[in-house]
Amino acid sequence: MGINRREFLRIAGIASLWGLGGKTAFEILKPGALEAQTRAPLMKGKKWAMVIDTRKFKSPEDFQRCIEACDKTHNVPKVANIRQEIKWIWKEHYENAFPDDQNQFLPEQMEHKSFLVLCNHCTNPPCVRVCPTQATFKREDGIVMMDYHRCIGCRFCMAGCPYGSRSFNFRDPRRFIKEVTNPDYPTRSKGVVEKCNFCEERLAKGLVPACVEASKGGMIFGDLDNPNSEIRKLLKENYSIRRKPSLGTQPNVYYLV
Amino acid sequence: MMYDENKVIPIIIIFVVLVTFPLWYNLGKAAPKPDPKIDTPVIQAMPVKQCIEPKAAMKTTHMKILDEWRMEVVRGDYTRQMTTADGRVFEKSLQNGCMKCHSNKTKFCDQCHNYMEVTPFCWDCHNAPKETN
Repeated sequence: MGINRREFLRIAGIASLWGLGGKTAFEILKPGALEAQTRAPLMKGKKWAMVIDTRKFKSPEDFQRCIEACDKTHNVPKVANIRQEIKWIWKEHYENAFPDDQNQFLPEQMEHKSFLVLCNHCTNPPCVRVCPTQATFKREDGIVMMDYHRCIGCRFCMAGCPYGSRSFNFRDPRRFIKEVTNPDYPTRSKGVVEKCNFCEERLAKGLVPACVEASKGGMIFGDLDNPNSEIRKLLKENYSIRRKPSLGTQPNVYYLV
Repeated sequence: MMYDENKVIPIIIIFVVLVTFPLWYNLGKAAPKPDPKIDTPVIQAMPVKQCIEPKAAMKTTHMKILDEWRMEVVRGDYTRQMTTADGRVFEKSLQNGCMKCHSNKTKFCDQCHNYMEVTPFCWDCHNAPKETN
């Protein structure tokens, strides 16, 4: 009864050969299939980006001003439980903001410095690639947008984002908003993911993002495709770093150090 | 001939009474017809009280209009304004468009929605206008 060793190996060998020759294997190994997933999306018109001049952020108030401006503009709930926190823009230590740049010896003021971090509106956003409903998507002007109507709360995007820029509403956010500070902007509902939207609702009115407005020159917003824009000049004249550049996401938030 | 009729028959009567309770309890008091009001200060001040489309069209297609607006503003061509057939410009928005005139959610939206028992989830996120009284 049963099969002997020789018989088993023969069947296993034929089966694996048949599998390799199958349609699926051809499709997976087909040249161009993987590259197609990583190509940069087509840009039309503007390409919004931000430069954060970290030299201008000295006191805690410099950070707090920008964070509060964002929270008030977008009715961001203040959840005390750190595991359920909702963050659009927040303060991060150097080691967490730039884990790729961990030289053994660093200037002390850099090692202990805090940085403002937010959604990088990547040119190649991993969150967009993993979203099963296209609730998050890349706009032609570079903004990685959230369609809260369409979000099913699967949190794939949170797993995909290497910057922790996305927060999930584990509970009804309205319970954590004392008063709606901006009645013109909606809140979110339980079970959706939210994140910075580069203030697209303000851009539509011709305003700069709320954090940029509150930063008093510490943050600069502009069009990366325009060679005469202020941010292009700043990037030309200063050395800038980005968060986790080795991942290839091409963040659009630059830090002057 | 029947066994335990002194128990079975009362139980059947109690059962029938309980099941038909909603019917005879609400007998003669039909739910009031929905009476949506448009007497907000903004609308009162309008010379011609006309929404973006005629009343009949708004009644039947307002949900489709809102859905189209949402698609266009969030993920379409990002245009935020629309022009009516007679050339008036409006914001394509529920809370920053519709509700600027119809600032009486409880007397405008909820009247019919409650009557028809539909619960759109607009207000889970969108801020309803503050209503006095």
